Amino acid sequence: MIKAVMVMNTQGKSRLAKFYEYLSVEKQQELIRGVFSVLCSRAENVSNFIDAESIFGLDSRLVYKHFATLYFVFVFDSSENELAVLDLIQDVLPSVFVETLDKCFQNVCELDIVFNYSKIHTILDEMVFGGQVVETSSSEIMKAVEEISKLEAASNAISLIPKSASGWRSR
Amino acid sequence: MNPFSSGTRLRDMIRAIRACKTAAEERAVVRKECAAIRAAINENDQDYRHRNLAKLMFIHMLGYPTHFGQMECLKLIASTGFPEKRIGYLGLMLLLDERQEVLMLVTNSLKQDLNHSNQYIVGLALCALGNISSAEMARDLAPDVERLLQFRDPNIRKKAALCSKRIIKKVPDLAENFMNPASSLLKEKHHGVLITGVQLCTDLCKVSSEALEYFRENCIEGLVKTLRDIANSPYSPEYDIAGITDPFLHIRLLKLLRILGQGDADASDCMTDILAQVASRTESNKNAGNAILYECVETIMSIEDNGGLRVLAINILGRFLSNRDNNIRYVGLNMLMKAIMVDAKAVQRHRATILECVKDSDASIQKRALELVYLLVNESNVKPLTKELIEYLEVSDQEFKGDITAKICSLVEKFSPAKIWYIDQMLKVLSEAGNFVKDEVWHALIIVISNASDLHGYTVRALYRVFQASTEQESLVRVAVWCVGEYGDMLVNNVGMLDIEEPITVTESDAVDAMEVAIKCQRLGLTTKAMALIALFKLSSRFPSCSERIKDIIVQNKRSLVLELQQRSIEFSCILQKHQNIRSALVERMPILDEKTFSGRKAGSLPTAVSTSSIIPCNLPNGIGKPAAAPIGDLLDLSSDDAPPAPVSSGGDFLQDLLGVDLSPASAPSGTSQSPKTGTDVLLDLLSIGTSPSVQSSSSAIDILSSSHDNKAPVSNLNGLASHSSLSANATSPASSAGMMDLLDGTGAITQKHEENGPAYPSLVAYESSTLRMTFNFSRQPGNPQTTFIQATFTNLSPNVYNDFLFQAAVPKFLQLHLDPASSNTLPASGNGSITQCLKVTNTQHGKKLNRLEACWGSIALSSNHFGNFEYFGQGYIWHV
Repeated sequence: MIKAVMVMNTQGKSRLAKFYEYLSVEKQQELIRGVFSVLCSRAENVSNFIDAESIFGLDSRLVYKHFATLYFVFVFDSSENELAVLDLIQDVLPSVFVETLDKCFQNVCELDIVFNYSKIHTILDEMVFGGQVVETSSSEIMKAVEEISKLEAASNAISLIPKSASGWRSR
Repeated sequence: MNPFSSGTRLRDMIRAIRACKTAAEERAVVRKECAAIRAAINENDQDYRHRNLAKLMFIHMLGYPTHFGQMECLKLIASTGFPEKRIGYLGLMLLLDERQEVLMLVTNSLKQDLNHSNQYIVGLALCALGNISSAEMARDLAPDVERLLQFRDPNIRKKAALCSKRIIKKVPDLAENFMNPASSLLKEKHHGVLITGVQLCTDLCKVSSEALEYFRENCIEGLVKTLRDIANSPYSPEYDIAGITDPFLHIRLLKLLRILGQGDADASDCMTDILAQVASRTESNKNAGNAILYECVETIMSIEDNGGLRVLAINILGRFLSNRDNNIRYVGLNMLMKAIMVDAKAVQRHRATILECVKDSDASIQKRALELVYLLVNESNVKPLTKELIEYLEVSDQEFKGDITAKICSLVEKFSPAKIWYIDQMLKVLSEAGNFVKDEVWHALIIVISNASDLHGYTVRALYRVFQASTEQESLVRVAVWCVGEYGDMLVNNVGMLDIEEPITVTESDAVDAMEVAIKCQRLGLTTKAMALIALFKLSSRFPSCSERIKDIIVQNKRSLVLELQQRSIEFSCILQKHQNIRSALVERMPILDEKTFSGRKAGSLPTAVSTSSIIPCNLPNGIGKPAAAPIGDLLDLSSDDAPPAPVSSGGDFLQDLLGVDLSPASAPSGTSQSPKTGTDVLLDLLSIGTSPSVQSSSSAIDILSSSHDNKAPVSNLNGLASHSSLSANATSPASSAGMMDLLDGTGAITQKHEENGPAYPSLVAYESSTLRMTFNFSRQPGNPQTTFIQATFTNLSPNVYNDFLFQAAVPKFLQLHLDPASSNTLPASGNGSITQCLKVTNTQHGKKLNRLEACWGSIALSSNHFGNFEYFGQGYIWHV
């Protein structure tokens, strides 16, 4: 089971944090800091796996990937295959992000993730479901995300004028 | 309105937060936003509700409290529009958790949405349920989820499958309901549904043995076929990772097969062909291919034995180790660590590759490889492996040296084929990384050196050489200083030269120079200096020609600012000046340090029930394990624990007083050969209540240093019984005493052994004098090991008849003694008949750890009113528990 997915930048700012087991906000922040302190001291040419037991408790492994200014981190237990999770991070995730965000992932990823915060969550939910990998085909994930975007746009179009107008008045 | 595109406020907030230069600024911005959101919540503002929640989610990610937004989630979920619901569910997953009562309120909305006509809303509800479902929700909504497993759209089916997984994890009782739908998912063609179906089945097998049986019977062949199909299927771009067809499905299938095959030979048989195919035909030049191989290896290792496959699997792991990708090497080592439990031999073949990984540039790989090497070492390969590791020690990183030395030391200690090899290796390790080893390591080395009497000369010369080369490594210096102190004469006279050694010329003053260096060197610690001071003191009698110089050096330290050194040098110089007569005895070589006691102490556990050791090393402030010889420890098995010296000696005194037996330590000058025997001697003494007055008047340096723990002259304590001592040592042979020792044993293991063999203990002459002999016959009822029956037989050896003969016995509190009436109260003279009496002794603390002192003795009083007087015969040792 995947315990957590985190994205943070190289300054340690959290850009996405999704925990699949309940943790208090304080605990979540502590873990994010703990992970960052390990990551930022890693050399370039070492493996992508970290023994995460000191941070997350027994039976936890951590796979990370460093893209441009971001660290992508997956924390999971022994029921997941480390190499497969690595594939998920380095093959599936980037291609999905690149295509759905319509930009070159390698260059502008951080800002994209910051401002498309809820979209990123939607993508993640289509890929990892309650701690389990649900879909690994980037085209399938994208199809689902596009459908959801269309639905949102459609309902927004209907309610656009009255809502913004009433919203304007009430402010 | 879409909060992310047209509504600028969320963007503005994110920009404002990003623009903050300090944490305080950021807090201020967030506080302002939160206040605005709270106000909006109070106004029940509907239009901006979802945008506010989106902001709260961002604020939550930054680590600020957002609990006030929880009810907003519920309101959004209950609304009709898709964007509202979407944000509502997103917020629900992030801000809430299954423990909160708010969840009760959401169950109804979830139920409605699971039955919604819009499949994307159904998808959202499933996703939320899969993420946060509590046990109650799982029970309530399980039927809806079960129905969705047959939904027409595959995207819903796959989500429902994983949601079911969550449900059975929360409520395992529901597993039964999901067995059938899950097995039909396995026949799906749609990739996503199939992969989630396999996951659901895997979890079902884990929570329910019924499901496990069901899938074993019905699904194995289908799964094997599916795996074969995807393994053979041509390129399909949809699910390809780097040219490998659908590695994720491969892996899930292999995982399920592993669970099905574990512990079931038939099921394992079914899958061997396909496993062999996957293991041999998957490409290993891509990460995805290796992920499959890795999973396949794990499955092969877990299912029932198939020798050929396992070798194949371990060879795959061996290939992993030479892969250029760090990740592959890392997982390879991890898996080999597991594989070593299954098939150590096959892993041994990859020893060379594993050893290479110890030298890896990646620290986490190094660490794992070292662990693995450690597990691989056995008697046959310890020499080459240790050599490799020590060679690597020279070039390894500073941070890694501690780990690697600890491992080498432990290996060398565990598997050393010969003492000289052990000493050689330890010297290498200490001279390379002596500052990284723990104190136990060099303590152990000293003990080994002390025990290798034929290597004393060799060792001291070798140590002297390395000491001359460098004093960088402190623990090496300590060992060297200790050895020079003890065996300085061997160093100078080249005693015990081995063929392999190069001759070395060391004069007496060279050796003293070395010790002076150790005392004066600024870098070395107090312990080392104190040890060097002792060494010098010892050398003062070994090297008469240097004694003046030694005295000078010692005197110099009288003004030392360090109390320990000052005190020591004052004491030593006092001895040198005023007490020449005892000096030579004080500086005798230490008796051999006992290895077993030390290792027992180190392990923190008791050594074998009846320890043969007679020496208790006790750590005195100077850090040297000093032996305090105490044969009583032998007798009472006191030596095993970390019993401090004081109770031992008081115990000794106590017994001395009680039994009047010489218990003084066997630290006789010649020391070495005597100690093993002493225990028996004392026992003999005890049993025959006589004395062999082997008074050891001499006291070694150790005794004085260890606060003179037992220097009393025991003879004076002997009571009148000594006169009775017509010692018949032959009556108490070691065998019978051993039997007796075990009789009321406190250790379960021995009891069991006796029970198996049936109760057969040698009879024992418990007391014998010129006038009376008392024999004990022991028996024990099977199944009642606590109780021992003793039949005592008394024979009168004197020419007089004993009338009113009375036998009394006292036992420690934890024993219960029942005395049956004696067969007679008159004991005929000159051995013409005897009295028998039965004793029943029950050990109430059978099998428990006992207060050892109490546990070991009982006393007997014999009396008769011969000539109208009670005659007190004495006390004796009867049992050992």
